[in-house]
This record gives sequence, C-alpha cells and structure tokens, in this order.
Amino acid sequence: MSQDISRGAAGGSLGRLARRPESGAFLGLVVVYIIFAVLGGKVFLGAPGWSSWLNMAAEVGIIALPVGLLMIAGELDISVGSVLPASSLTVAILSGHYDLPLWIGVAGGLGVGLAVGLVNGLLVTRTTIPSLIITIGTMFAVMGLTLGLTILIAGSTGVFVVPDALTKSVFGAAFGGMFQIGILWWAGFVLIVLALLHVSPWGNWVFAIGGDRDSARNAGIPVARVTIQLYMMSGFAAAFVGVTQVVTFGSAQVAAGSSFIFNSIMCVVIGGVSLTGGAGSVIGILFGTMTFCIVNQGIFYSGLDPNVGSIIIGALLLLAVLSNDKFRAIALSYAAKKK
Amino acid sequence: MEMVHTAPVLELQSVDKSFGPIDVLHGISLKVHAGEVLCLLGDNGAGKSTLIKTLAGVHQPTRGKILMDGAEVSFATPRDAAERGIATVHQFGGTFPLMSIGRSFFVGVEPTKGWGPFRIFDRKKANDIAVKAVRDFGITRIDDGDRLVGGLSGGERQSLAIARAVHFGARVLILDEPTAALGVKQAAHVLRIINEAKRRGLAVIFITHQVMHAMAVGDHFAVLIRGAIAADFRRGEKTREEITDLMAGGETMADLEASIDAQERRHA
Repeated sequence: MSQDISRGAAGGSLGRLARRPESGAFLGLVVVYIIFAVLGGKVFLGAPGWSSWLNMAAEVGIIALPVGLLMIAGELDISVGSVLPASSLTVAILSGHYDLPLWIGVAGGLGVGLAVGLVNGLLVTRTTIPSLIITIGTMFAVMGLTLGLTILIAGSTGVFVVPDALTKSVFGAAFGGMFQIGILWWAGFVLIVLALLHVSPWGNWVFAIGGDRDSARNAGIPVARVTIQLYMMSGFAAAFVGVTQVVTFGSAQVAAGSSFIFNSIMCVVIGGVSLTGGAGSVIGILFGTMTFCIVNQGIFYSGLDPNVGSIIIGALLLLAVLSNDKFRAIALSYAAKKK
Repeated sequence: MEMVHTAPVLELQSVDKSFGPIDVLHGISLKVHAGEVLCLLGDNGAGKSTLIKTLAGVHQPTRGKILMDGAEVSFATPRDAAERGIATVHQFGGTFPLMSIGRSFFVGVEPTKGWGPFRIFDRKKANDIAVKAVRDFGITRIDDGDRLVGGLSGGERQSLAIARAVHFGARVLILDEPTAALGVKQAAHVLRIINEAKRRGLAVIFITHQVMHAMAVGDHFAVLIRGAIAADFRRGEKTREEITDLMAGGETMADLEASIDAQERRHA
C-alpha cells in the first residue's frame, strides 16, 4: 500500500500545545493576573500582593497536589478538610498539653494524616462505594473524633503550643515578615510530585487507573496498592499543612480546615485535570492553584466587594471545565483530522 | 498440510458452561492452529461473549477441557491466560483514550532508565518501540508516539491493540468484533492486520457477525447458535449465502426454504 504519507514533527506544534493539559490553565493564569494587576495596582503587584497570594497558594497547593493525583486516578478526597485540624490538634495536644518534645507532636500529627489516608484507601479499594461518599464519611468521623477527644483531653476546642526555635524556623519561618517558608515546602512538593507523576513509571499507573481501571488491572498494575498510596499522600499533605499552621500560629482550632476541601478541588479543576480522571498534569495544578489564589487575594487589593470574588471564582471554575473540555477535544481531533 | 501434524495451539474439547441452572454453552469443540484464522460467527446472544470469556480465563468451563499445544490447561484468572499468550482485543481497542500511544502501549510494563529510586520512565524508548510495532503492521500513518490514543481512528486503535498484544508475545489473538463499529475502509485496515498476524504465525480467533469480513481472512469457520456449534467448515466449503443462512437459524432455515419451495411447486 502506498498510503505512507509521512509527516514531520513540525506539523504538530498547535496540537502538541493543546495536548498539554496545562495550556488552558496557563491562559487563565495570565488573564486573571492582568485583570487584578490593573484593578489592584501597585500594592498587588508588589511584595505584599505576591506574599498574600503565594502564602495562600502554598497551603492549598500542598494539598491540591495529591488531591489532583487522586482525581487523575478517578477518585476524590473530601477528608483533607478534617485531617488538617486533626493534625494541628494532635501536635498541640502532644507537645502543648502533654509537653512532649515537639518532634513527637509533629510525627504524631503527620501519622494521623497517614492513618486516615490508609483507612480511606482501604475502604475505597475494598468496597464499591464511591470515594466521594467514603471520604465524606471519614471526614465527619475524623471531625467528630477530633472535637470529642480535644474536649475530653484539653477541656477546650482550642489548644496552645509554644514551638521551639528550630521547629519554628523549619515550618513557620517568614522571610521579610511576609513570605512564609511554606512557599518553599510547596515548591519542594511540586518537584517531588512532578517527578512521581511525569517521570517515574508509577505516574503512568496513576493515569492508567484513571483512564480505565479494569484495563489497568489486567495490565498488571497493582491498582489497590497505588490507590492506597495516593490516599496516604493526600492525608500526609493535609496533615503537613496542619503542622505548619500550628507551628506558625502557636495554637490549633477544631474548626479550621473545611475551606480546603473545595479550594483544593477547585485548584485542581482550574488546573486542567479531567473530572472523569485519566488526564492532568502537575504544572497544570500549579497554575490552577496560583490562578485561584490570585483571584481570592486579588479581590482584597482591587477594592471590589468580596462577594464579587465568589462570583468570579464560580465563573472561573465553569470556564475552566469548559475550556478543559475544549482543549481536550482539540488535542484529540487534531490528530484525527490529519489524514 | 503440514500443520495437521502439529497440535493445535488452542483447543476446546466438549466444553460446557452454565451459570447456575442456565446452560450457555454446550459441547463446544474447537481448535485453532498457528498461522490460522478461525472465524467464530454467530448472531447476538449466540454465546460468543461467554465463549471468549472462557477462552480468556474470565470464566472456567463447567465441563470439558481446554488444551494448549496438546496439553490440558486451566485458567483461574485472565492473568493466567495472558501469561500463556492468549490476548483478547476488544471492540474499541480497550485502551486509554487520553494517554499517549507510547504510554498506553507499555502500561504496567513501562521501560525505564536509571537505577534504584531514580528509575525514570523512558518515554523515547516507549514511543519508538510502540510506533515501530504498529508501523510494522502496516499502519504507517502513526509516526508520533506522543499522540493521544483517543485521536486515532477506530481501525488504528484496533491495530495498535493488536500490535501491542503481538509485541508482548501473544500466541493466540482473540479479536472480539474488531470490525463491527468500523467503516468499510477502516475494516479493511483491520482485516489486513489480521492477515499480517496470521502470516507471523499467530493463531487468530476472529469473532464477528459480518460474513464478508470473515470470508476475507478466515481459514476455518464455526457458526455458533444458541450456545452450540451449528456448523464447522473450512474455507471454500460454503458460500456466503449458505453461511448467512446458517447464522440466521441454522438448518431450520434451509428446511423452511425447502418447505416453501415444495409448497410453491405444488401450487405451480
């Protein structure tokens, strides 16, 4: 057959770009930044503006990374919202109430996150209940346990802890009085997750599980093990943010953390991760987190009514989902129509 | 023919399969040799998919034997069957639409470079091998391993899945209605791929209800009706009309025609 129409790699730059799941997220980031740069003026463009949205982005971003991996694998994790205060309070109770060394408190807090992740992972892989429902269940269970145990042990819903200088500098330092050290931790997490998802063979398994669970299993991928690992990562990440919060503020509150549930999911979706799983990228999640936080903090600098901010975030989310679908369609049809 | 002397790669001997009180397959005996295409024809509900699942290790026969190379085997799981070289390719290629060609080709067996915890997915190697494997099957339009599987045509996706199975050492290729959802040109593509697999010495079981497609590549034909083999014949032994009649209702259809003919003669 003489059907060999050979095409050079040059033919595909548009398709190549559209195929990258972060393209839409990057466009959104640029547009949103320009809008708020105009509205927010010099203060928003300067260090105070950058520090305010970067500090927020660091916290939600650390959680959004593993939540994004879970969504790529076709699962959700709602429980991060209660793991965060559970971890903070574990640190505060162990090291504040019981006066144990702070490293024991930190280890305990992170351990709580890993344990909740393990329970989530086991429940998701051993039952046929959707992970949305399972993690809503574990969220309420952890919330109830945290509240009950805190009142039982400490007799109050807020517990104080005085971090030592070393721990404070590792988890709670601030540069120039504005930029929190969490930003560096976030950068570190981004690099690790980037390597895991896009460079290691394990990342391919995450995409395969989200693409078609049965085919992935038939191809020999340990689907249950990977799923449990992913839940333990998100539990760990939420607990890590809980640790940085308690070290930074010197106290832990039972009620903290619920805003992270939707915020992390929104960062991930704005970042171009497919709602049905199987597609997404770490750079996309990074852009999505930045976009979300620029809007969130930019409202404050722009002098707009804060309620307008909610409307903008809602609209942004819808736009993101629409443009994600559009970009995906371009990525697929580009290849199909080049006959 | 020389293959008469060698044992069939895969053989079923009087296999029955029932689910509780419901008998789905009765007395199925089939064999397929290396370098041969066995076409399994049957209308919807004839038991084709149960038969495929029995061959692929999803179901175990209630009675009867499965033999490979003349020796009895039993598959507890689809993995067992896959490890023995039985590969099933489903109607839509069964792959991951949003993954690249290279990544989906190597799902679960990713090539890596580096060592220890620094082993990384070797994208270039994966892409090169995947593209070469599918081009060797004559699909020369695929030249970029980074393209998404979902962007390929139905025929290309089938071809990719078949090339993947062959690359990973399949000896028996079970193709479940590979041409059913395809246009004429795409179907011709897939039929060429089937011929190529046959030329390479694979045993191919081609499940279809399109008689034309079966006749284009088949060496051996079996018609499945209500869970039993209603006819078993080789290439050239039956015409297209005869096969269609068989599929539509087996001998009863011929009987019906005969009785109609007789009636017409009486009234003539």
